[in-house]
Amino acid sequence: MTEHITLPAGSTRTPDGGPVTVRPGTPAGDAKAGPLLETPRHLGARRRPPGISFAVRLSVPLLLLAVWWYGADSGAIPADVLASPGAVAGAFGELLATGQLGDYLLASARRAGLGVLLGGGIGLLLGVVAGLSALGEELVDPTMQMKRAVPFLALVPLFISWFGVEETFKVVLIAVASAGPMYAYTYLGVRGVDRRLVEAARGFGLRGTRLAVGVIIPTALPNILMALRICLSVALTGLIAAEQIGATEGIGYLVTLAQQYYRSDYMVLCVVVYAVLGLLIDLAIRGVERLAMPWRAGVSAR
Amino acid sequence: MTTIEPAGRGGVTGGLAVRLRGLAKSFGDKSVLGGIDLDLAEGEFLALLGPSGTGKTTLLRILAGLELPDAGEVLAPRRRTTVYQEPRLVQARGVLANVTLGLPRSARDAGLRALAEVGLDGYATVWPSTLSGGEAQRVALARALVRDPELLLLDEPFAALDALTRLQMQELVAELCARHRPAVVLVTHDVDEAVRLADRVIVLREGALAVDRRLDLPHPRDRDDPAFLAHRSLFLSHLGVFA
Repeated sequence: MTEHITLPAGSTRTPDGGPVTVRPGTPAGDAKAGPLLETPRHLGARRRPPGISFAVRLSVPLLLLAVWWYGADSGAIPADVLASPGAVAGAFGELLATGQLGDYLLASARRAGLGVLLGGGIGLLLGVVAGLSALGEELVDPTMQMKRAVPFLALVPLFISWFGVEETFKVVLIAVASAGPMYAYTYLGVRGVDRRLVEAARGFGLRGTRLAVGVIIPTALPNILMALRICLSVALTGLIAAEQIGATEGIGYLVTLAQQYYRSDYMVLCVVVYAVLGLLIDLAIRGVERLAMPWRAGVSAR
Repeated sequence: MTTIEPAGRGGVTGGLAVRLRGLAKSFGDKSVLGGIDLDLAEGEFLALLGPSGTGKTTLLRILAGLELPDAGEVLAPRRRTTVYQEPRLVQARGVLANVTLGLPRSARDAGLRALAEVGLDGYATVWPSTLSGGEAQRVALARALVRDPELLLLDEPFAALDALTRLQMQELVAELCARHRPAVVLVTHDVDEAVRLADRVIVLREGALAVDRRLDLPHPRDRDDPAFLAHRSLFLSHLGVFA
């Protein structure tokens, strides 16, 4: 074993302090020790078994559920503060048995679906236009930024006076709510498309719609799907506002119902229903991502 | 930590900078490196040549710790840095901040010295996005140098540069390596570049060392020197090109 001189990082080797070497040809001088060798520490990502990842994902929600259950069971959480899991499951069973829950979900899904389709479509179109052309950006962007600053809930009274309290009002409210995020994310995504790629595509004669459909939208798809995710959660918020008035069914109506009758189990059930819907939306979008963006299989982190 | 006795390879009595024994790596079914044995002496400049997909870059990435080998022993110095084909600069930070990335504040002067060494005095506060390709690559070189590497890993660092800039960069690297004497592993497709810079050239073929040659030509090397041309055509023929 020989002695090694370890220099602090960033220091410069001096002619007398550093290794004496001769050039050319003989890379090293007299018999002496080289640098201290080690097996390189792995800097890359480690492959984790998919089972473990799934278990880790599940662990925090399950832990929360366990705490809730234990708290309600031991009396640490009074029933009028938070209904016990058993009571919520009972309320769920009751609504399921009468078929109300299914009807409510269906009615809400129709409203949300129509609204997101309409508002998301418009947001997508405007986002592509603003992202692609300077004129489009000048025409669209200031108005959309102002529109985004207006909370869509502030539009409820105005929309009721225009459309009444029937279906049109509900769909339009959700459409207006979801146009904003769809526009903003699409705009960002389109601006993020490599200018050189667009240049090349223009050189191959792609213009307007064909350029958008063939090159821009596929490349901006990660952003657009992120926007869809946000649109759907905004739609859930919109449903609560829209179904408070002039509705006899819907998951927003369920919230109103729970409030009116002061049913703690229904209130918690609403939270659970929204949470599960959020999870399902997330799973659905992940599925769409996998189908629509097969090229990103190796790139995206998850 | 393991310390290695000096290996008397080819008359070299100095210490080792790299020691590989039975290094194997495959991706899926495809074997990329099949049991490589290699010693690199301290201060030795090794160029790795080989057709695409023969494992040159994988070998370098294993030395950098970016890939895990499937089997075999890998030993490298702790102070090792990599210059990649792309500059890989943090766009949101200035040139000096990029050079001293991850180093303490006191490394500022060393960073400025390294920038001066690569010919970029006065660029400390410039944004990376305003640099030309050659300048950005020189920043990447300064970022490697400031860490005073015992092993410098160069992964096709000149491949994306224009021909003229490439020649200047080769000159700069030759000069800097002569001054700082790190052991160097240069992965390249350019036979001229390998013969111009390296003390030793290895041609990798199908995951094995097909040729391992020491070049005893004086520096700077003349491209019209018959010895230079002889080496050049030898390596080209091993790469399947008959010059």
